[in-house]
Amino acid sequence: MGAQAEFSIDILKLDPSRETERICAWLRTSVGERLRRRGAVVALSGGVDSSVVGALCTRALGKNRVFGLLMPEGESSDDTRRLSREVALHLGIESSEVEISPLLEAAGCYQKRDDAVRRVVPSYGPGWTCKIVLPGVLASDRLPIFSVVAISPEGQETRVRLTLEAYLGIVASTNFKQRCRKMLEYYHADRLQYAVTGTPNRLEYDLGFFVKNGDGAADVKPIAHLYKSQVYQLAEYLGVPDEVRRRPPTTDTYSAPQSQDEFYFALPHREMDLCLYARNNGVQADQVAPVVGLTPEQVERVYRDIDGKREASRYLHTPALVLEGSAER
Amino acid sequence: MAHSIEQDIRGFIVEALLFGRDTDNLGRADSLLTRGIIDSTGVLELVSFVEREYDILVDDAELVPANFDSIERLAAYVERKRSQAPDEAVEEIVSRVA
Repeated sequence: MGAQAEFSIDILKLDPSRETERICAWLRTSVGERLRRRGAVVALSGGVDSSVVGALCTRALGKNRVFGLLMPEGESSDDTRRLSREVALHLGIESSEVEISPLLEAAGCYQKRDDAVRRVVPSYGPGWTCKIVLPGVLASDRLPIFSVVAISPEGQETRVRLTLEAYLGIVASTNFKQRCRKMLEYYHADRLQYAVTGTPNRLEYDLGFFVKNGDGAADVKPIAHLYKSQVYQLAEYLGVPDEVRRRPPTTDTYSAPQSQDEFYFALPHREMDLCLYARNNGVQADQVAPVVGLTPEQVERVYRDIDGKREASRYLHTPALVLEGSAER
Repeated sequence: MAHSIEQDIRGFIVEALLFGRDTDNLGRADSLLTRGIIDSTGVLELVSFVEREYDILVDDAELVPANFDSIERLAAYVERKRSQAPDEAVEEIVSRVA
């Protein structure tokens, strides 16, 4: 009841000091006592989520118990390389940078992805870049079907709706990126007897914006309960470098620049946070609309999009199924 | 005619999207989205099926729940698309079927 009456743009404001202490206490208990690991591995991308997780782990466990891993590949942006190094230095933790392109090439990631793109854009080839995008949910009731945007070396854009085979081929091959990274994270975790951290925020965790057994795999996920705007509040409190906090959220997965909202979320994160909070707390669309600058009909569309993504991500959250009595736990 | 298109669509949905088991007796007007039967990949499968099966081209603007959210709506959409096809296309379809 309270959530409906009090819904406002400030609804997601938190006390960063208190929340930091709460998470740090949880991390110490989780890593040291429940998992009985000696520290934490954090994959740093130069984005705000992994930077905040790195800062929280450093504060909770001490900088000598946190290992940072930087894993760029041939299609990573220059910002990813530069800012992830800056964050590792800022945190003062031991870190390692591993270029994962050779691993991805050996697995056939780029070749298989390009073959899948060519199913719908036959001229796609060397020097081209691509990304996949969803239609916006605000303007119409369009069903969430991905298109590929292919950009020629001359800068000409071609946008084509994906067939099922092309879509699945592109997604399956690009998922090598997240899964190769997680393999390396667990290598260092095994070597050091550390826990592996996952860095999803609540939007990503709740709506399934992660790769199963890729970035979705982890021993602890310290910010999965925080909306993205709350992550930014913690980032400021924890002193995450300004440039990281100002950087627009990006997937940095496809060769063409791609924002998170054109790839997956219906709205920029501030409005998406508020809509997800409202959906989770039973706030009616007409109460949400003026706060986020949309019409009630548009908010209803965002709600349907949330419901659809939640339904589709159920598989991603489901652990391996076993017959009753199969495992001693 | 519409009846057989509905039957074909229903058969495809049960076989391809429900693992061959229609345990909940999917109704012709039931929402495929609300019941969690189609997601973004399920819609792609449906689009591929109707384009292939009925030799129609689904325009991006037609990818809306009004056309794809139930067996009944999808069958009606296919009927409309087929009736709008130019004469040459219909002849081509007929020749392929034959």
